[in-house]
Amino acid sequence: MTNTQLIQYSLKDFKSDQEVRWCPGCGDHAVLSSVQKALSELGIPKEKFAFISGIGCSSRFPYYMNTYGFHGIHGRASAIASGVKIANPDLSVWQITGDGDALAIGGNHFIHTVRRNIDINIILFNNEIYGLTKGQYSPTSNKGLVTKTSPFGTLEEPFSVGELVIGAKGKFFARTVDTNVSLSTSIYIEAAKHKGTSVVEVLQNCVIFNNGIHDVVTDKEVRDDRTIILKHGEPMNFGKDNRSGLILDGFKIKVVRIGGNNITEKDLLVHNAHESNPGIHYMLASMRYPEYPVALGIIRAVPWPTYETAVGAQINDIQKNSEIKNMDDLLNSGSVWEVE
Amino acid sequence: MGKKSQVIQKDEVVIRFSGDSGDGMQLTGTLFSETAALYGNDLSTFPDYPAEIRAPQGTVGGVSGFTVHLGHSEINTPGDYADVLVAMNPAAVRANVMWIKEGSTIIYDKDSFTDKNIEKAGYLGDPIKEEKLENYNIIAAPISSMVKEALKDFGLDPKSVLRTKNMFALGMAYWMFNRKLDYTEDYCDKKFKNEPGIAKANTIALRAGYYYAETIETLTPVQISPAPIAKGRYRNINGNTATAWGFIAAAEKAGLKLFIGSYPITPATGILEELAARKDLGVKSLQAEDEIAGICTALGASFAGYLAVTTTSGPGLALKSEAIGLAVMAELPLVVVNVQRGGPSTGLPTKTEQADLLQALYGRSGECPVVVIAASTPSNCFHFAFEAARITLEHMTPVLLLTDGYLGNGSEPWRIPKMADLPEIKSPFAKIGKEPYLPYKRDDKRLTRFWAIPGTPGLEHRIGGLEKTIKGTVSYVPENHEYMVRIREEKVARVVEKVPNLKVYGKNSADLLVVGWGGVYGHLITAVRELQSEGHKVSLANFNYIKPLPQNVREVFSKFRKIIVCEINLGQFASYLRMNFQEFTYHQLNKIQGIPFTVKEIKDNCIKLLEGK
Repeated sequence: MTNTQLIQYSLKDFKSDQEVRWCPGCGDHAVLSSVQKALSELGIPKEKFAFISGIGCSSRFPYYMNTYGFHGIHGRASAIASGVKIANPDLSVWQITGDGDALAIGGNHFIHTVRRNIDINIILFNNEIYGLTKGQYSPTSNKGLVTKTSPFGTLEEPFSVGELVIGAKGKFFARTVDTNVSLSTSIYIEAAKHKGTSVVEVLQNCVIFNNGIHDVVTDKEVRDDRTIILKHGEPMNFGKDNRSGLILDGFKIKVVRIGGNNITEKDLLVHNAHESNPGIHYMLASMRYPEYPVALGIIRAVPWPTYETAVGAQINDIQKNSEIKNMDDLLNSGSVWEVE
Repeated sequence: MGKKSQVIQKDEVVIRFSGDSGDGMQLTGTLFSETAALYGNDLSTFPDYPAEIRAPQGTVGGVSGFTVHLGHSEINTPGDYADVLVAMNPAAVRANVMWIKEGSTIIYDKDSFTDKNIEKAGYLGDPIKEEKLENYNIIAAPISSMVKEALKDFGLDPKSVLRTKNMFALGMAYWMFNRKLDYTEDYCDKKFKNEPGIAKANTIALRAGYYYAETIETLTPVQISPAPIAKGRYRNINGNTATAWGFIAAAEKAGLKLFIGSYPITPATGILEELAARKDLGVKSLQAEDEIAGICTALGASFAGYLAVTTTSGPGLALKSEAIGLAVMAELPLVVVNVQRGGPSTGLPTKTEQADLLQALYGRSGECPVVVIAASTPSNCFHFAFEAARITLEHMTPVLLLTDGYLGNGSEPWRIPKMADLPEIKSPFAKIGKEPYLPYKRDDKRLTRFWAIPGTPGLEHRIGGLEKTIKGTVSYVPENHEYMVRIREEKVARVVEKVPNLKVYGKNSADLLVVGWGGVYGHLITAVRELQSEGHKVSLANFNYIKPLPQNVREVFSKFRKIIVCEINLGQFASYLRMNFQEFTYHQLNKIQGIPFTVKEIKDNCIKLLEGK
């Protein structure tokens, strides 16, 4: 057994020999580095990582990781990853997916994996567009978006990843921005440590087909005022001057200024990512600019039993009390008779 | 238990229990067949039930039946026409009248032949008269009132009392066939361990039926002596359980763990249910959110080093097609079971058919070869599930195992194998060597790639659905694609190394070769043996290996004047044979009614062909 304490990796150890083929300027490059950095800091032996993906630009990810990897078929990565993790709970299983892969064609597998709480770390690249098929709207595209398949604007309400995760009984949801490597790395590390399905939504830019879609909140000039990075146990303040904050006003979250209306930092909501009741987490995950800042960081991280552990425990329990220990026992169990 | 003056010796008999789907006919038939098996008869059974859990009471659509064919000699089919029909209501008469022998015995519950039930079954008056059955051996037993009388002091509610009607009928059948009641009584005691009152009521009804049959003196007991069966230890098994057990046995022989990812679908669900119950043997089972997740979780488990299977029926196989393609590209072991049913679409979910053969062979995008094998009896589902697992684990290519509703639900006595007698299974696992591991580097002989299990240091690699080079690098090079397509096809072809030669039942050279595949075996062998004993020069060849085909097919076919291919579809296997062996002429016998052939229709067609008509 390798002593995990002694394992020292650098980011380079997780780079495969494959040439990275995403478009220059694509947000995926930054996600790749952040994940490689996070993995190098986890202290988990390299051979224990398995990266599973579906189809789409982001799903090429496993080829660029010097780990075990399986590039699957469209939408099915959650199911493949579930099989890997149930079979071998000792592996650190990561699913790389996009808004189309996870929420359209793979929506069913995605919600059921989350519901079962299988310990998989899902990184969902949300660029609100189909990139690999060259620019059609996705289930997260804003209503009205003009694309090749919606030349007069989409007529559909978009999914919000966080709302869907919480609706599917999700226990871990975080949001980050592709270019924010330090925030992303720290989130990936926490996602890996969390036991159960961890969903990390990455606001990712597609330079070709949906360029700048997240700029309104992620642009350097405005991001401090239009996003809030949530930290467990800390008050919810944000803004360039750190003087804006969130309070609970009746049934709704409200943006306030510290100092205005006698509001002090003590009045602000204090983030509790571990609270099992999803009410506030849901509201935080739903916040949209311009009414609210967009919540980044770990929004929800509730300890909860995982599916694959329960599978193992059930088998152990039953085996302890069963008289059937092998196939010969089974074959000869129940009604059998001898023909002389 | 009472005198039996006159006993008729018979070689075989077919008895059909039939009633409303709530009447407990499946249990009645099962108990009868287990009793017969313990006595030493050979037998074959087939349940036949509606797709609706409780179809409208008293209607023909709601009739549930269970047929038992037992004999003093080898029995290969559940029997086409019944010698004895037990009918719990008028609808059961209507549903079965076509399937009883001339002059057979019909035992029916007189009390359920009410005006209302007669009308529901579509009769105007007395069903026996309307069907012109007066000259049959008709036993109009007042079953409902007899159980009410027998249990009147028992304090049971009227519904529970009437629920014992099936035990009364079973008791009558036991008397008729000279059987003991102890097995059934033990069953009732165990089944209703916590409700001793119910157990007792069932036993009383059983005995009441037995004594009633003795008292009326219109039934003649029939003796069917034990069959000359090979020595050994036996049990009854149905095809779905046998399939499930074949996989567990294979996992044990391969030293691997077993994973099943499946979605419930009739008539395949029994395999998932059995494997879900086998936690004692460490089986991991997942009832997935859909058919696609079933196969994809299985494929994930295979990637992680398990023997992985997914089970389904026709429409579910269609949903799994894309993932089978992925398994072919990833070159991972995976068994896909298709328990065929009547199609297309939802079709006839509870009925049998063999119409998924071409889907199994070709129903995927691209050049996508898989090994296709088919079981041919309920009990040999064990052998072919084991074989499917062996092939997939040794050849690193997905295997499609075809059974059907008739095999899956049908049961027969089975000589229990010993694990020590089954072959070891060895997968080509990758080892850490001096050279770096290349995921698509192949074994020279079988052309299999080597299986590197996640968690093994030094073997990190990537696989997937995109075309790859030997190194696992994505490649669009035209020549590479053709090379890989051809090598995947050749890899499947080389599975033939351990495929046994096609067996001929009968002479190796004759006037007519009857050809079948999979589940038609039982009816074909029965028909061919009868034809042979009647002096016809007929032999049978029934295929279990479809792709690759056995090596001696051409040689076998060339020795016969005529060939007739019999299958429960419009001629899919015949087409496949024409494609592979064009020099022969293939006559066809096809039936697409959701039910197996009858021995008679096979014989009639063979004779016609022999007579040159």
